[in-house]
Amino acid sequence: MRRTFAPWTDPDAKPLIRFENVTKRFGDAMAVDHLSLDIFQGEFFCLLGPSGCGKTTLMRMLAGFEMPTEGRITLAGQDLSGVPPYRRPVNMMFQSYALFPHMSVEKNIAFGLKQDGMPKAEIADRVGEMLRLVQLEKLAKRYPSQLSGGQRQRVALARALAKKPKVLLLDEPLGALDKKLREETQFELMDIQHELGMTFVVVTHDQEEAMTMADRIAVMDHGRIVQVADPGEIYEQPKTRFIAEFVGDVNILEGHVMGQESGLWRVKTASAEVPLTIDDPDEVLHSGQAVAIAVRPEKMTIQREKPGPEAVNVLTGEVWDIGYLGDWTVYRVRLATGEILRVTRANVSRFVESPIDWDEQVYITFAPGAAVILAE
Amino acid sequence: MNRRLSLFNVTSLVLGFAFLYLPILLLMIYSFNASRLVTVWGGFSTQWYGALFRNQALMEAAWVTLRIALLSASMATVLGTLAALALTRYGRFTGRTLFTGMIYAPMVMPEVITGLSLLLFFVAIDLDRGFWTVTLAHTTLTMCFVTVVVQSRLMTFDRSLEEAAMDLGAPPLRTFFAVTLPLIAPSIVAGFLLAFTLSLDDLVIASFNTGPGATTLPIKIYSQVRLGLSPEINAASTILIGLVTIGVISATLISKRSVMRSQRNAH
Repeated sequence: MRRTFAPWTDPDAKPLIRFENVTKRFGDAMAVDHLSLDIFQGEFFCLLGPSGCGKTTLMRMLAGFEMPTEGRITLAGQDLSGVPPYRRPVNMMFQSYALFPHMSVEKNIAFGLKQDGMPKAEIADRVGEMLRLVQLEKLAKRYPSQLSGGQRQRVALARALAKKPKVLLLDEPLGALDKKLREETQFELMDIQHELGMTFVVVTHDQEEAMTMADRIAVMDHGRIVQVADPGEIYEQPKTRFIAEFVGDVNILEGHVMGQESGLWRVKTASAEVPLTIDDPDEVLHSGQAVAIAVRPEKMTIQREKPGPEAVNVLTGEVWDIGYLGDWTVYRVRLATGEILRVTRANVSRFVESPIDWDEQVYITFAPGAAVILAE
Repeated sequence: MNRRLSLFNVTSLVLGFAFLYLPILLLMIYSFNASRLVTVWGGFSTQWYGALFRNQALMEAAWVTLRIALLSASMATVLGTLAALALTRYGRFTGRTLFTGMIYAPMVMPEVITGLSLLLFFVAIDLDRGFWTVTLAHTTLTMCFVTVVVQSRLMTFDRSLEEAAMDLGAPPLRTFFAVTLPLIAPSIVAGFLLAFTLSLDDLVIASFNTGPGATTLPIKIYSQVRLGLSPEINAASTILIGLVTIGVISATLISKRSVMRSQRNAH
């Protein structure tokens, strides 16, 4: 079911949230720069970017804590300009969780419902439902200071979900959890979102988190969105060098376009003797143009034997470093130019006869389709 | 570093405390003196406490003092808390440094000057000196102490708690009463107790601004001592010291505990 969910490809679909040419300035600093973005009902949407890229400001404008300097934001067709945070059908889970320390878990979850003047019996029902959803029924009477980090995170989630908002905002929701717990919680969040059919907007600087959870990711840099796409497209077809380097690991080879031969680009680089052959038909390039070739480490092959004469894209170097990660081995290979490439290899068998060793002369190859050309 | 108490440390500690508290201790001991002569020990007795409670003039002064302390501390708490909120919350408004300085000035201003200027002010606006002028003067004196205590709590206050409350549908005023106030309440109570004790034992400012029918206990004690020492005064002073000590210790404990709790919640 999830696979076919892609309302952004449907030209008739009405977005739930619309940022229309939104700008936010703090004094002279431009936090968000003429940004437009559509988010659809039921989406799990990630705002991804380094710190200071404006992603948090964008979220805070949606919650109502900041007002746009220019442009406007609409939610389900309603203009949000001038609507204070306490009148928006949007709830937020804070990075620090912001649980009220003087209230028990139940009271925390009930807080928002009480503000709406919901009858007491109904509040109790809803609180019970939320506690079940996050599996904290037994801790209802506890205070936040008596909970572990993971439990607090769940209370914060339950509190933000209790009012059944149109949109749930999550600010670095898993940032304070350790790695194991983070992974489990990622899947839990996805399940909850799917179950409730709610729209989630997550801010994160962790690309792995974004890749795992999101239907679509917007990569932000300097107050602008540089690419909005599903995780696969962001990873395999990054639009800029910044995205390629920010999302996952990548090897960058700089060079100049020589021309096109039977649909494949030929690029001259200092790293290889023979020009490289790249299959990236969508790029529009001209001869002599400076480009960067991006190849993911897992799409490169490392071998000791010299490849045959028919092989394309051959680089030679010596092993500089080996990192054994269990499932993967990472080789750092130093080329004659001094560049260091990162090549990973899945450890498919438990024992390898004469494995590649430090300082060994090796050949690195990659297929024409494995690389992406990024105009500089 | 040597953290253990050496002979030198112990000696300086004892001497320091003796210098500070020996006179007070002496006064407290003599309040239990059976003899009428203040400087001669005539055995243990609590008779002066009994006499004190039968002394109409002293009891009246005590009652006036208590009322003034309660009222002025309450007003100082409200004003001081508001000032602390303004100073921590409204960013860098024009004249903020000046405002901060002006709030803290009464802490270091010589009391004689505060008292005198207030007296001149009350005369200028033609306010009859008495109960209300002392109360107002004490509010002026103690407000800055409340501000200091409450402000230090607000500095460590996590603003996202208030944002969370608003996000969940609470308008600003309700957010203040449901979230902010309960969390800073310990520091407000501590500020109140501090203001209360300061008002309780103030002599200088009170004597400048007092009038008929508004003789506070410190003024009464001071004027009686000039006529001659009496063990009753020792007893009254002992009670006053006891009250002030309790007030200051509770204020310290309350604010310390709330700081510890807020730190624990941050982790």
